[in-house]
Amino acid sequence: MDGILLSATIYLVAAVILVPICSRLGLGSVLGYLIAGVLIGPVFGLVGSETQDLQHIAEFGVVMMLFLIGLELEPRALWDMRMRLLGLGGLQVTLTAGLIAAGCMAMGLNWTFAVAIGLTFSLSSTAIVMQSLAEKGLDKAEGGRGSFSILLFQDIAVIPMLALLPLLAMPHLMGSGIEEAAHGVVDAAHAGGDHGAEADHGASLSIVDQLPGWAYGPVVLAAIGIVVGGGMYLTRPLFRFIARSGLREMFTAVALFLVVGIALLMTLVGLSPALGTFLAGVVLANSEYRHELEADIEPFRGLLMGLFFITVGAGIQFAVFLADWALILGLLAALIAVKAIVLFVLAVIFKLRGKDRWLMALSLAQAGEFGFVLLSFNVQNEVLPPDLQPILSLLVALSMLVTPLLFILYEQVFHRKYAETMPEREADEIDQRGTTIIAGHGRFGQIVHRVLRAAGYEIVVLEHKSEFVENMTKFGVKTFYGDATRPDLLHAAGLHEAKQFVAAIDDKDQITELVKHVRRECPDIHIVARAIDRHHVYQLYAAGANDIIRETFDSAVRAARSALEGLGEHPFEAEKAVRYFVRHDRETLVKLAAAWREGESIWDNPEYLAIARQQADLMTETMKTDRSAGRNNALERAWMPPDIRPEEEVDED
Amino acid sequence: MSLLDDEIAPRRILILAAHPAPRRSVAGKAVRKAAREVDGVTFADLYAEYPRQDINADREQERAEAHDVIIFLHPFFWYSTPSIFKEWQDIVLEHGWAFGSSGKALAGKIFFSALTAGNPEESYFADGYNHFTLRQMLTPLEQTADYCGMVYLPPFAFFRAGHAEEGNRLNEHVAEWKGLLMALRDHKIDIETARQQPLLNGQLKMLTREA
Repeated sequence: MDGILLSATIYLVAAVILVPICSRLGLGSVLGYLIAGVLIGPVFGLVGSETQDLQHIAEFGVVMMLFLIGLELEPRALWDMRMRLLGLGGLQVTLTAGLIAAGCMAMGLNWTFAVAIGLTFSLSSTAIVMQSLAEKGLDKAEGGRGSFSILLFQDIAVIPMLALLPLLAMPHLMGSGIEEAAHGVVDAAHAGGDHGAEADHGASLSIVDQLPGWAYGPVVLAAIGIVVGGGMYLTRPLFRFIARSGLREMFTAVALFLVVGIALLMTLVGLSPALGTFLAGVVLANSEYRHELEADIEPFRGLLMGLFFITVGAGIQFAVFLADWALILGLLAALIAVKAIVLFVLAVIFKLRGKDRWLMALSLAQAGEFGFVLLSFNVQNEVLPPDLQPILSLLVALSMLVTPLLFILYEQVFHRKYAETMPEREADEIDQRGTTIIAGHGRFGQIVHRVLRAAGYEIVVLEHKSEFVENMTKFGVKTFYGDATRPDLLHAAGLHEAKQFVAAIDDKDQITELVKHVRRECPDIHIVARAIDRHHVYQLYAAGANDIIRETFDSAVRAARSALEGLGEHPFEAEKAVRYFVRHDRETLVKLAAAWREGESIWDNPEYLAIARQQADLMTETMKTDRSAGRNNALERAWMPPDIRPEEEVDED
Repeated sequence: MSLLDDEIAPRRILILAAHPAPRRSVAGKAVRKAAREVDGVTFADLYAEYPRQDINADREQERAEAHDVIIFLHPFFWYSTPSIFKEWQDIVLEHGWAFGSSGKALAGKIFFSALTAGNPEESYFADGYNHFTLRQMLTPLEQTADYCGMVYLPPFAFFRAGHAEEGNRLNEHVAEWKGLLMALRDHKIDIETARQQPLLNGQLKMLTREA
């Protein structure tokens, strides 16, 4: 127990110190984690071999990340990128693997070794790349999307690789029956399942181990069917049930269960858990519970990914490096060069523009976390000799360590260069987030929603009553479940990308808190706030709202106007009377706001009371003199007949 | 024409009236009241129907189509109508309805403005302090009517409206106003001659003599 606490403290302290420093220096959090890992591992030796085990757990962060990426990618969007996924991804893996294998053979390695190494190093690091892209806001750029397509293809490609690599160790089996190949798939796949889920459990729980080859396909299809079908038909009643309980932590528990459960299922049938959760994410991308899920999973993902990066840093073996540093640096440079060149050529072929070519080439030039898995897998299956593993592992780790530096190179050199020479084609970058976030979808928020939606604006609506969300969905109105006063949910709903925020929830104090929070997070966002009463207006003004709307004021004014008409007033006279009233009230509000003190009762505020009395008198006086003629008639002085005015001679009509 | 009078349907008259401060105007009140008393006249108070000036184009077009004479009844504000009439024109006179190759809805309808002005009649001449005649001042309305294929008549005006209660002049004006409406309704007025006049005021006898 003490040991766990001690290592936990070491990891946390290292991260807490270095990540903020690197972030502040603009180097990105990934480099911070990696350096933290290097410091506590190889440099100071504070942590030891347990990093290997930790890494397996931490890799679950990748599973969660793919779930979150899936949530942001609607099925249609995934379908739209099929060309890119297969073309770009397929060519990248094939060309890179081929070139690296050729290089290895040129260095005198056996061809089976060369192919195994080529495949291993053709993969890139989903974890580092997606984290860095998101952090730097490049994930929506064309280059970022290209990178994502490739990473997704690689995640899929790992499965057949795990199936086929063992064949390299057993040349005599090549070309024999399907059955053996299928067994190879099964063995390989459940070993592949180690990546992510706990290694031991994954192996012992596999249900496809004992199956004959022909049964494997249907079982896999059934598992995928469970994920897709369950996501489409079972999650909504489940979430509604949980939402009704009103217990927040239950939602977190369900979200975790979902991700862990799918990972387990995928492991059982020998598929990649990351791919399974990605699929589940895509299925749930249209769900009204999407932002709630994002907000719940996000902290776990963040921590696990951080832990993963630390373990990569901590796993670097200095002894190996020092023994052969010149060779290793040379290989590292060659690896990055080969990968970057292939990517750049593909970027040109797939018609990416200027800086996006560089973004894709530089971001994916490293080897990835699958590399570690494939290396140990290859050694286990006697595809690669054990003595090669330390150097190759070190190469994978070092290339990952270099990635944040390549991102900085991109930002400092290419991003700037093209920013100066090429005008941005804004229209290409579709903003998937709504431009207006509406918190609260009751009687107030609904109207705002309907008007904005009808006017064709993208919006995100958050509402914490699940029945409401469901009913709105029946009307075809897209509303997301979630408590808008939770900062993490606001974040998941895209607060930082939003142009406008509408605080339309019911509770007075919560509205104020919400406005304060949003203003703190986004100094430039336009905030429209619902005010419950006059005093709330002052609070909201102090909290930083741009437009403050009293919820019942306008309707009460209209009621007053109707009442005047009911007494036989000419409709336009009634209109003028309330127009005057509204203007007077606004002036009063401004005067009173200056005298109002937060936290002090107005009854103890003589200045406030004096202004209130004075304004009330003015109003009575004006409304009374209305009926008489004269220039100081506030309501209709513009339309006073000329002869009633004192200066008749200067009057024109 | 006189022989066929009985067989010709009476003209349907639409009066679009607007005064933003109706209770302020003595003369305006009288002409509005008189207009309502004439049979065959549809009277619409635009500020009452549209106190927020959100004029309904479909409804106004339908109403205009259902009449043969359209009259703007209003005080003379800054050598023009109250603003709601400008809004009415902007919104109701759509292309394809009021003008354009297929916009014939108003063609042939009679249009003029009946107004109450604060200044005396003699000020509305080249050597008066208003420098232009009333008809000249209203040329935007005249041209608009012409553009829509309507038959434009000169304005029917009550001057020095602020002194309406002097003598019998308001009563006389109101009587002529009612007579004008009835003559229009019953086809008793010489339209061609009326079009040539600077003003319709005081011309009723002359214009109806023939008939």
